[in-house]
Amino acid sequence: MIALKRHYEERIFTSLNTAFMIAFSVLMLYPFWNTVAVSFNEAVDTVRGGVTLYPRRFTLQNYKMVFSTGTIFHAFFVSVARTSINMFVNVFLTAMIAYVLSRPNFMFRKPFTMILVISMYINAGLIPTYFLIKNLGLLNSFWVYVIPGMVNAFNFLVIRTYLKTIPESVIESVRMDGGGDLKIFFSMIIPLSMPVLATVGLFVAVGSWNSWFDTLIYASSKVNLHTLQYKLMEYLQSSQSQARSSGEVGAMALAKTSSLVTPVSIRAAITVIASAPILFIYPFMQRYFVVGVNIGGVKE
Amino acid sequence: MQKHIIPSIRIQKLIKTAGTQRQLLIMSVPIILYVILFSYVPLWGWTMAFQNFRPAKSFQNQEWVGLRWFKFLFSDPVFLQTVRNTVMMSLINTTLGFISAIAFALLLNELKNISFKRLVQTVSYLPHFLSWVIVTGLVSTMLSVEDGALNNLLMYLQLIDEPILWLSEPNYFWGVVGGTYVWKELGWNTIIYLAAISGIDPTLYEAAEIDGCNRWQKMLHITLPSIKPTIIILLIMSVGHILDAGFEMQYLLRNGLVQDVSDTIDIYVLMYGLQRSNYSLATAAGLFKNVVNISLIFLANEFAKRAGEERLI
Repeated sequence: MIALKRHYEERIFTSLNTAFMIAFSVLMLYPFWNTVAVSFNEAVDTVRGGVTLYPRRFTLQNYKMVFSTGTIFHAFFVSVARTSINMFVNVFLTAMIAYVLSRPNFMFRKPFTMILVISMYINAGLIPTYFLIKNLGLLNSFWVYVIPGMVNAFNFLVIRTYLKTIPESVIESVRMDGGGDLKIFFSMIIPLSMPVLATVGLFVAVGSWNSWFDTLIYASSKVNLHTLQYKLMEYLQSSQSQARSSGEVGAMALAKTSSLVTPVSIRAAITVIASAPILFIYPFMQRYFVVGVNIGGVKE
Repeated sequence: MQKHIIPSIRIQKLIKTAGTQRQLLIMSVPIILYVILFSYVPLWGWTMAFQNFRPAKSFQNQEWVGLRWFKFLFSDPVFLQTVRNTVMMSLINTTLGFISAIAFALLLNELKNISFKRLVQTVSYLPHFLSWVIVTGLVSTMLSVEDGALNNLLMYLQLIDEPILWLSEPNYFWGVVGGTYVWKELGWNTIIYLAAISGIDPTLYEAAEIDGCNRWQKMLHITLPSIKPTIIILLIMSVGHILDAGFEMQYLLRNGLVQDVSDTIDIYVLMYGLQRSNYSLATAAGLFKNVVNISLIFLANEFAKRAGEERLI
């Protein structure tokens, strides 16, 4: 009897838990799913309300409109450029310093490691950093997206932890053949640490793709440096009530040029475009990021 | 031994080491100089907090004003309001974040079907990788008064008669921010607990089953105590970030109607510093935040060490 009762309890719990998980997944997916549906729905029809899971009147008009202005196309290009350059430079330099500081008898190993680790905890703040960028002449320059983020102290720890798993004898074998540290780094360390470099690279890329605040403070007055996320931010802010002053530059202006689109539809289309690359690489990231998190968790 | 080596020999030895390690030096010195330039040199800018800083003047000609800006800050009701908002939103987000992540990890762990579990997990991480711009955009669409999903649902269930202005009612703002934070980060926050749970010795569960423990008792007496160290260390660490309530979420969700509850210290710094060009006041506010932050982090580390955990720094 007791066993039977327990059996029923188990089944009730499992069904409830499964139902909860399904409801949870819907809650996670619905906002984005709905936006995709709206972005493919005729703008005038969307205004009537009630578009939920699929476009009621399918159209590509919203996307055509978004790309016809050219600014979104250009912003997309800026985002792609900053993301790829950022990723390669950051991974390369962070891996290089991680290799050097993983050498047990490197003369400056301790002070250099300290300098990197402490930099994770101190932060000069917005205004002093702004003046540094200004004094370096990086304001309203494309390089403001790359130069401040060339090395990442946390990723340094992640990569260094990984490098410790490479046996010293493998490194020594290259040295025996007369190879210096540069040769060891390029011909041995980079290929051997590809898994961790891919993980770190993906995180750097996602962070770079998603950032908009650097555009706001360092390059907002230069329209051709606006990234896709920044453009989306402008559109979102301009269609909210408080940003009437900048409203003309945003979705309203775009919507006004045609009676076929509305700010809501334009916003939906840009949201989909701005998240598409993330969704595209997401399946690949899955494989890597849990590894990255676990390595990072060993020593933060 | 080394103490007896006379300085000139030590220097010679150093030069010799530098010679054999020159490739390592070429690879590292520029990077370290770069880190110093971007992380340490700007600390000099903190002097602005004690000056009446004018960008056009050189450093020697700046007027020093002592603690004037700090005195101003602590008598400025707007600043004190931003401190309150920062701390409150931080506490709400941390509390909601912890409870939801632990509960979700425990429930996920009970799923027997591995592929279903993996599917739910995959879905739950997804929002973490979307930008705050996209997430706040989705949130404002869902909470909109015109055809927003939440209002539609509540109206359909006849819980409300007319749409609620979720985003322009000050009473709801902290809740909206908390909900948005949980929606975006819940899955991600769960990973570390799931890793801790997977490290639990399965024989513990088997022994408990023989003793007649049910699912709930196993959760309470085995799973939770096993992940307690992880929970404690994460809690201690979050103390160090009490003034980092986030900036993007509040900046993107705020509007004129809710600014009394939405504006954090970071937004105050941005408004006074870069929009009104009162650099000294903004630097003072930022310095206050950073000093509190760093002290809290060190305090938290000290606590963690006492608790026998050495994973922080």
